[in-house]
Formats: sequence, C-alpha cells, structure tokens
Amino acid sequence: MERLGTLRRNKMRVTGAVAVSAVLALSAVGCGGGDDDKGSGGDGVTIGFLGDLTGENSGIVIPPKQGAQLAIDAYNATNPKVKITLKTYDSQGKGEQAVPLAKQAITKDKVVGMIGPAFSGESAQADPVLEEGKIPNISASATNAALSSNGWKFFHRMVANDNVQGAGVGTFIATTLKAKNVFIINDQSEYGKPLSQTVKAAAEKGGAKVTEDAIDPTASDYSAAVNKAKAAKPDAIFFAGYYAAGGKLIKQLREAGVKGRFLSGDGSLDKGLSAGAGGTNADGSLIACPCLIDPTGKAGEASKKFAEQYKAKFNAEPAIYSAEGYDAATAFIEAIKAGNTTAEKINEYLKTIDVAGVSKQIKFGANGDPAAEDVYIYEVKGGTLPLLGKASEAKVS
Amino acid sequence: MKATHNVHNFLEQFWPSTVDGLALGSIYALIALGYTMVYGVLRLINFAHSEIFMIGTMAVIGALHALGVSSLYGGLGLVGFVIVLAFLAGLASGASAVVLELVAYRPLRKKGASRLAALISAIGASLFLQQLFARIVIPEAFDLPKEKGALPVQGHFVERDNVIEIGDLVISNDKLIIFVGAILMMVALDQFVNRTRLGRGIRATAQDPETAVLMGVNIDRIVTATFAIGGAMAGVAAALFMLRFEEAKFDVGFLLGIKAFTAAVLGGIGNLRGALAGGLVLGLVEMYGAALFGTQWQHVIAFSVLVLVLMFRPTGILGESLQQARA
Repeated sequence: MERLGTLRRNKMRVTGAVAVSAVLALSAVGCGGGDDDKGSGGDGVTIGFLGDLTGENSGIVIPPKQGAQLAIDAYNATNPKVKITLKTYDSQGKGEQAVPLAKQAITKDKVVGMIGPAFSGESAQADPVLEEGKIPNISASATNAALSSNGWKFFHRMVANDNVQGAGVGTFIATTLKAKNVFIINDQSEYGKPLSQTVKAAAEKGGAKVTEDAIDPTASDYSAAVNKAKAAKPDAIFFAGYYAAGGKLIKQLREAGVKGRFLSGDGSLDKGLSAGAGGTNADGSLIACPCLIDPTGKAGEASKKFAEQYKAKFNAEPAIYSAEGYDAATAFIEAIKAGNTTAEKINEYLKTIDVAGVSKQIKFGANGDPAAEDVYIYEVKGGTLPLLGKASEAKVS
Repeated sequence: MKATHNVHNFLEQFWPSTVDGLALGSIYALIALGYTMVYGVLRLINFAHSEIFMIGTMAVIGALHALGVSSLYGGLGLVGFVIVLAFLAGLASGASAVVLELVAYRPLRKKGASRLAALISAIGASLFLQQLFARIVIPEAFDLPKEKGALPVQGHFVERDNVIEIGDLVISNDKLIIFVGAILMMVALDQFVNRTRLGRGIRATAQDPETAVLMGVNIDRIVTATFAIGGAMAGVAAALFMLRFEEAKFDVGFLLGIKAFTAAVLGGIGNLRGALAGGLVLGLVEMYGAALFGTQWQHVIAFSVLVLVLMFRPTGILGESLQQARA
C-alpha cells in the first residue's frame, strides 16, 4: 500500500512539475509587459498559509496559522500603504493535496509569499513547485534536515532542523538523563526516520546503548514494537513521530508494563499526546522541540507580550509553533514594509533580514535554515506542557 | 551474527508475539467473515465493509459517551459490559450493512449490471461513508467543531490486568476476551449456517443461485440476511477492537479492512472456516515476522506470505466457496 502511495505521488509530482512549467512558460509569454502591475496594485498583496488545517495532526498547524494571522491583522490595523491578505490552503498534511494547492496559490491567487508547507513530507513535494514559481516560502514547522540541502533559493524556515533537534535531545538523553539503555521507535515518515537516526547517533556518542524499531502510524496495533521494547528493558524510550500515533504508543507501552521515561520530538508536542495515552500514562514524558512555547514568559519579555496578544485574540494560550508562525509572518511584513511587493524582491530581502522575533532572532542562513539553533524541553503534566528550559540547561526532577 | 541476533529476539518475544498475533488475528477473522459471506453469495467484494466496521466502533464510542462511562471496568463486569457493547455495535453495523446493500448494490443487481459496476459502487460507498462521518456525523454526534471530525474519538473504560501468567506467557483480560469472543462468534455462525433453514438457504444460493430460486429460495431475503450477519460480525469485531484500543476514527477501518480482506483470501474466500484460519494465520505471521525482521517489515511479510500461499494453493488455505463449509 505504501508502495502504491509513493508511486502515485511520484507520478503526480512529475505531472505536477510538467503542468507548472507549462503554466509558467505560458504566463511568461503572456504577460511579458504586464509584470509591473502585479504587485504595485496599491490595494494589497496576498500571502498564503499551506498546511494540515483539518487532518488528524492539525493540532500542530492551527497555532502557527493563528500566530501568522495575529501578526498580519496587527499590521493591517496600522493602515499601511500595502495591506496583506492571508489566504489559507488546507493540505491535510498530504503531499498530493499540497502540490495542486501550491500551484493554485501561484497561478490563480498570485501570492507573493507562502508560510508553509507545515510538514516535512508535503514540503518535499510542494517546495519544488514554489521554487519553480519563484515564491519565497517560510515554513514554521517543517524540520526535516534534508529540505535545506537541495540548493533551493526560495526555501526558508523558522525552526532549527532535525539534525539540530536530534543532536540536542540525544545528548540530553545520554548526559542529563544519564540513560544507559535507549530504545528508539520511528514512524517511518520523512520526519520520523531521519530524526531517529540523529537521536541515535547523539545518544550513542554520549555512551548509551541504542536499540531500534518502527511502527506504522496508520495501524492501531503497535504490539510488535511494544514487545521489542519490553524485551530491551530501556531506561529511556524516544519516539520519532507525530502525537496521534505517539499517544497510542505510550498507552500500549504502559499497558504492557514497559517502564522507562518516554521522550519524543516536536511532532508530539501537543495535548493530544496525553489524551491518546489515556489517564496519567503520559505524565512525566519529555518532549523536545526547536520551537518556543512560553505562555508565562519564562524565556523573556517578547514571549510574554506575544502570549497576552494571542490570548486576547484567540482566547487560547499560544501553542506549538504559534510564535514561529508569527515570526514567519513578521519576516514577510518587514519585507513589505521595506517596499518589496513582488515575490522576487521579497526573497532578496529575506536574505538580509535580521530583526528580533518572538521565538528567536529572525535571520536566515544561505540555505534557508534559521541562524538560531536552540532546542527546548517540555514536560507532559496532565493536559499541559510546561517549558522546562533549553535542552543544554534543563533540569529534570 | 545478525541472523542469530534476530532468532534470539524472536525466541525471546515468542509468547508475547503469539498472544498479540492471536488477538489481532481474531479481529481480522471477524471482519473477514463479512467479506467472505458476501463474496460467497454474490461474488462481490464489498469494499464498504471496512466502513461497516467503522460504524460499529462509532456505535461503541457513542454508547460510552451517551452512558457517560467514566469508571474503568475490569474482571467480570468488563465481560458483561463488552457483551452489551458488542450487541449494540452488532445491531448498528448489521443495520448499516442492510441499508448499504439496499442503496448501493440491489438497484444494480436488479438491472443486471456487471460485477464491475457493483465493485465501483462499493468503492464509492466506502468513500462516501468515510467522508460522511468525518464531515457531519462525528462532529454532530460528539459535539465537536466541524474541522475536528477527522480526529480520533477516545473513551477509556477498560481496566487491564493479567489473568494468565505462566512464565513468559502473559495474557491480559482484554486479549483473552477478544480471542474467546471471536472463537465463540465463529462457532455460533458456523452452526447457524450449517443447521438452520436460513443457513441452508445461504449455502444453496452460494452453490447455485438459479437452482436455489427454483427450489423456492427467496434470493432477496437471503442477500439481506447475508449482509445483516456479515455486518453484525463486523460490529462484534468493532466492540472487541474498542476493548483493546479505545479509539475510533473515520478511517479506522481502512487498514484493518485491507488486512481482513487479505485474511479472507488467504483462508479461501467464500469459506467461513477459511476466514478464521486466514485471520489467525495472518495475525501470527505479522507478529512473528516483525519480531524476526523488525516492525518496518510487518506488512511486507504479511503480503509475501499471501503471495506464497496463493502460488501453491490458488484458492487459499482451506479452499474457496461457502458450500464446502459443511459439517
């Protein structure tokens, strides 16, 4: 089944690429002279937001969307010369939906920038479309390390990649938790698999013994992986995958009597993790993330102010990637404020941007990765996920 | 060295894998019954059967929410509770399967449409039901915002404890109930098909529909009964599934449906005992394969075994067709 899926996706990607180049060629011929009035219409520009807004992992995509909305609404409220419209595209986290939506954004809606795609898998498929369409894109949450190694000129992201995250959490497991025997489970996704490998490398470097297995996140029964974990008797279990599967995995591990501290990465940083695990099964689990969620302002004044505004607007605490979504929108806003209203000019501006954001300094390396590389650790406590601190400094009770 | 390591893993995990394989296989087997019975009677692969199963899981979770179950059940109380839930889910799934047949298949059958048309109708019904639940039924029934309809719905009601512990062989209450429940349902169904008048009608129709009509069998009634029974079995499977996983979703039936269909083919499609054999074999093969080669190979191993079996026994382990399942 997986095989079929990939084949179909590949085929779609090929036809997609052909279609886009055809459309681009046509439009290049068609509007050679009309390029000028594209951005300087006076009444505004459109920025897209592409990601899983209704699917089962939408819990980690709606917060960055709201963060972006907050930034753009605040900007529009200042009554600027060029107003920004935020248009959302719901990919349900699927590459085969993200690709046509990205094409629609470029050709029909004429976006000048795109926040997203949210996930790594869909990014791998839709980013080439945005690249060909010359649309600068800033993902608030796609952390797959390989994305920034394609030489893409329009790709950016507001979070450190999985190599940074994996090294941070792997070192944390081996040195701070002092785990000697680590069991790593990945979900075989474009996000989970590479993350599990960097965690493994860092944990082994720190002196821990690592055993590995995988699960199929679409299945309900993880007992094969659970039995392996039970046999390995680990001090720490790291799951590289998303929270929908992570919750069920914790439940089945605990019910089978597997002890050892459960850890996971940014894909599991959601309340859905403890809900899926049931009862108090998830309590005490530690979740790493290169993102900053800080409703109480533990990390600084900027997060506190952001949290207040966010709460006033959405009647909810900032959640995962809301600060990064806000910062991604801020990057576009800064570009437009500086008088750049076409996609290519905005992209040029992003190369030199260097302003203070909420989650970190907004500044990109040549490959699109952010310059800041902090990894934070959060602890699951009932339905909440309080911040413990940076992975290099966090203390665990 | 790697190979001996794998074998060592396998031996170490043999008993837990066996227990989990049988529990999962029992659920495959109960779902497979629906595929196999409908195929036996109509020569139709009812792809919407996975959604009939999903409706059963929704009935269970709906009942849990409606009854406001917040305490955990263990021991004998759990058995009673599961029987109630299985009855409700069986009713919901059985009724849905009958409606499905009336709406999606009967009009085509009456007009003498080709089997391919019915197959497309089945796929259409499957997609329709999935989206109907994700967009409308789940948000309405559980009072969720529209965009949350695709999320899993949870309900915790099972207190797990280990009822059998002999060395490495540890069986928890939920897995024991699943296995025993599935076997009991199988035996009951086997007796029903072999001993009752309606069962004889079903076998006769499977054997030769035209002669059956000449002998006074009402085909429409038989088809309705077949869908009702197959659906009810999927409902019971759904209740047992919820007992173990406590979570339902609009597409929960997708992967399970594929596996159950595989189990039906593996055991010999159209053959009731074949469905049981196929389900249990598939469950065990998946778990043993995962223990030997790693869980990422679980599906690969399951389907490789299917191909191997079909190469040597093209009609499955126990052979095709319902009529051969006589006592």
